[in-house]
Amino acid sequence: MAGDPLVEVDGLVRYFDVSPPLLNRAVEGAGRRIVRAVDGVGFSIARGETFALVGESGCGKSTVARTIVGLHAPTAGAIRYRGTEIAGRSAGADVAALRQRMQMIFQDPYASLNPRWRVRDIVGEPIRHNSLLPDRASVAARVAELLVRVGLSPVDGEKYPHEFSGGQRQRISIARALAGEPEFVVCDEPTSALDVSVQAQILNLMKELQRALGLTYLFISHDLAVVYHISSRVAVMYLGRICELADTETLFGRPRHPYTRMLLDTIPDLEMGGRDREPVAGEVPSPINPPSGCAFHPRCPYADARCRTERPELKPAGGASVACHAVEEGRLG
Amino acid sequence: MSAPLLEVEDLRVEFPTRRGTLVAVDGVSFSIARGEVLGMVGESGAGKSLTGNAVIGLLEPPGRIAAGTVRLAGERIDGLPHEAIRRIRGRRIGAIFQDPLTSLNPLYTVGEQIVETVLTHLDVGARAARRRALELLGEVGIPAAAERIDHYPHQFSGGMRQRVVIALALCAEPELIIADEPTTALDVSIQAQIIRLLRRLSAERGASVLLITHDMGVIAETADRVAVMYAGRIAEIGPVRDVLKAPLHPYTRGLMDAIPAVGRDVDSLAQIDGAMPRLHEIPAGCAFHPRCPSAVAACGRDRPDLAPSGATEVACWLYRPEPAHGR
Repeated sequence: MAGDPLVEVDGLVRYFDVSPPLLNRAVEGAGRRIVRAVDGVGFSIARGETFALVGESGCGKSTVARTIVGLHAPTAGAIRYRGTEIAGRSAGADVAALRQRMQMIFQDPYASLNPRWRVRDIVGEPIRHNSLLPDRASVAARVAELLVRVGLSPVDGEKYPHEFSGGQRQRISIARALAGEPEFVVCDEPTSALDVSVQAQILNLMKELQRALGLTYLFISHDLAVVYHISSRVAVMYLGRICELADTETLFGRPRHPYTRMLLDTIPDLEMGGRDREPVAGEVPSPINPPSGCAFHPRCPYADARCRTERPELKPAGGASVACHAVEEGRLG
Repeated sequence: MSAPLLEVEDLRVEFPTRRGTLVAVDGVSFSIARGEVLGMVGESGAGKSLTGNAVIGLLEPPGRIAAGTVRLAGERIDGLPHEAIRRIRGRRIGAIFQDPLTSLNPLYTVGEQIVETVLTHLDVGARAARRRALELLGEVGIPAAAERIDHYPHQFSGGMRQRVVIALALCAEPELIIADEPTTALDVSIQAQIIRLLRRLSAERGASVLLITHDMGVIAETADRVAVMYAGRIAEIGPVRDVLKAPLHPYTRGLMDAIPAVGRDVDSLAQIDGAMPRLHEIPAGCAFHPRCPSAVAACGRDRPDLAPSGATEVACWLYRPEPAHGR
């Protein structure tokens, strides 16, 4: 399964300035307001694996994804693709060629397809943009082939997006992503807007395509069951940082970070074993003013003085990497 | 057990269009006992929200109740004049919707909104109304309620806003609460808090709840009974434990198998091929038969009604002798 790293993310930081306009700041004396969406995140993705980023809304998982594909520039940190720096000032000139091998699938299949374009034009766009094929006839043939590949029919190319259901639109998004002949696909909550029976169809399709085409996935989701099903390794994010990173079996079998444990406890129990899930008090704090020390400490039952002041780093702990003082000190199994 | 609080019988909701009448809810019958939580689950377009809206008289025109009855504590409430149903809604039926931001008026503090609702429905003075508002905010678990009562909705987080909406729905101590996807817009950790709150309220106050959701997990944790809807009809209804652990209807079975679960190691998920039919192309007979792996001849011809099978009721020919006439 594991190969050499295809994507390496190192100390990635992305801040958003949401300050009031300069005039307001001058008149009202208001300070700058910075959202620390991603605050020092590092991981690497091996060729052929599915790496999942999981967390609640606002934890920065989508920002990481968008920064990797180049939709945001990083504030600091490095992103390497096949060993070449692709983000920031140190990025080389051959970045465009590398980026071509990256595609993205978005959450909302209603918003991510141009309603005025026919499906054949939507799917053919990456081919034309990157001049992958010489003439119109071969583009048309390739589009038809892609539509069949994702479970649609070549005649669907003549239709517009509104003629399709949510699941079919997501198939179109996947066909468009495949048109760029990617090796790395970033999937941002690709099934969150879909009904469960349709979700199963899309997840199965994604797995099958991965096997057939040797794709590498970065999979962003808040749904732990979906993550368990599809990914080989998982990073749990909280307030712009990774608090635990492990392979899927280790993470779900023996979660170590208190936040991971809490997340796993919130999974509804379909087996109805009578387990009463213990709701965690409190909510995710604002990333504008994240708590000092460990960002999770205000909600953590194991927090002590060190957790309130000193930020924990990711450290190996029994097959996983965990950013938690309590785990490191052995206060927590 | 006394008579059910809510009885819905043969409810049919239609949308007249230029190209003919669309039937969005087709012959739906169910009842909810006092203090019971009935879950209503189904995929988008199955008609679950429309059923809820029909019960509280909130169908958007041109949608209309074309047939059937809705009874609250024995009295018919369908087809009541606008003003009468408005009094029942709020006083006797509380409603909670998916998006807490659109259920609250951004221009008034949450206190003003709750006080106004209390004054509308209960015969109390302004002071008592404010006291009641404070009590309610405390009851739904808003910390520092005395201070938060004067805040505006945008100052609350999503989870806290949903608590305010629940407090609003509870103002007049309604007998029935209709909660339409109350946790869908919330993060998982907040979901658990809201689910627990709903369950506690129904247990403590003896309120009945119609919980509409697409999330089987929420149903499993909250509901006593569950109705599974497909293409505007109830496919299966029964105690949650029976329906989720041993589903009878092929659609419910397919749905349960399609849900990924932590700890379930399968390479590919079971999938129901195709999609739910759109309203103008609902097939004859059982609406599920073109996608059903166990369909027999009768399924494409005759529509199965709900019939008891063990503790549940299921609308499927597999559990009944096929209709007598011809093969």
